[in-house]
Amino acid sequence: MSSRSDVAGRLRPWSDVALPALTGVAMLTAILFVFVVVPDEKVQGVVQRIFYFHVHLAWMAFGGFVFVAATSAWYLRTGSRVADRYAEANAEVGLLFTTLVLITGPLWARPIWGVYWTWDPRLTMTVVLWAIYAAYLMLRRLGNGDETILRYAAVLGIVGVLDIPLLIIAVRLWRGIHPAVMLSDDPEAGLRDPTMIWGVILSGIALGLLFAWLVSLRARFAAIDDQLALRALESERR
Amino acid sequence: MWSIVRKDLAIERRTGEMLSSLLLLALLVVLLFAFSLEPERLRGAEFVAGILWTTLLLAGTLALNRSFVLEREAGAWTALALCPLDRGSIYLGKTIANLIFLLVAAVLLLPLLALFLGTTGIAPSWLLPASIVLGTAGFAAVGTLFSAMASRTRAREVLLPLLSFPILAPLLIAAARTTAAGLVGEPLEHVSAWLVLLGAFDLVFLTAGWLTFDYVLEE
Repeated sequence: MSSRSDVAGRLRPWSDVALPALTGVAMLTAILFVFVVVPDEKVQGVVQRIFYFHVHLAWMAFGGFVFVAATSAWYLRTGSRVADRYAEANAEVGLLFTTLVLITGPLWARPIWGVYWTWDPRLTMTVVLWAIYAAYLMLRRLGNGDETILRYAAVLGIVGVLDIPLLIIAVRLWRGIHPAVMLSDDPEAGLRDPTMIWGVILSGIALGLLFAWLVSLRARFAAIDDQLALRALESERR
Repeated sequence: MWSIVRKDLAIERRTGEMLSSLLLLALLVVLLFAFSLEPERLRGAEFVAGILWTTLLLAGTLALNRSFVLEREAGAWTALALCPLDRGSIYLGKTIANLIFLLVAAVLLLPLLALFLGTTGIAPSWLLPASIVLGTAGFAAVGTLFSAMASRTRAREVLLPLLSFPILAPLLIAAARTTAAGLVGEPLEHVSAWLVLLGAFDLVFLTAGWLTFDYVLEE
């Protein structure tokens, strides 16, 4: 076997060195900003700081699910293993981020709304999305690498994204109101201090890099898995 | 396409398996609701509509699970895949057959529920049949696609509800709301947005199933 296709052995300068290093630096800077530099928000106080992570986690996760659909369509078109690995990686990291959204949300909601959970449109949507992609990963796991199941998973990856707009409309019609976090009647409330904007930007960059790094790691694991299976097959033949 | 519908209906006419199990199961689910929640509190149109749709989803999923089992077991899957037919038409045929089963079940179940849970204040309008047709159509569209997928795995009984319930969440919300409105004769303006949502759901998932069934049928 040529060393070119050997994914496990070599250190790749971008995804193995630069990306984790950048992620680490960005994460530390973001944490420094969010916990030390940024002042308390006027109305909600210290609890509001969780939003520097919470909001970005949600957007990254939803972005990840859109990537699942895109890579799934690519996989169905071409049968490319790379596309399938990226679909799986995005779904897994997206589900992880959604889980974190569902943990950070109630932590904020308890002191501010007085309850951990309420059937607010965004909460409802997030929990349904969580279930869709948990089912997606369950389907993959039950398939055990069977190619037909991988194709089914790709179909589900596309169908899942089609459901999102319908879901958004349904939960909005169902439960009208949601307190917009960044908007308030009080001119002093919200993101008034310029360092707060920096906090938002920095934590966004940090979580974006983290998402990308985790996805690239996960896709690489899948590639190594594929290679192991191939080697097992070859040694069986011998 | 129609020959597949006819085939499924003929099998059903001979055996009656699907409908009878679906209805019996639905009845049992209603009993479960009555036993586990205080039955006196489950009165009125919202409960009739809510329990109708929950029951249809639960019982319907179990029935839809059977939809492709015959093809898998009898080795007819390959025959189906080899059919000189557009794959999308096979999907539509299966979906229509399943839709007919679900519709019949809904029509038989509804008076039963109304009898059990709230005969007062019921004044059905045309919204009632509209909501049931649109709701079961979306359910059949999603359920048929996923049941073909689930029939391939070893855990198909669990997998079909796992796959379909979250996707069906917007449909369930909209269908329960419009059926409740249809039961008490609420004016159209109150639920027009819901009806549009139901229609959009049907359209999106019928199209998605029709387009992607090619990849599902292929072995």
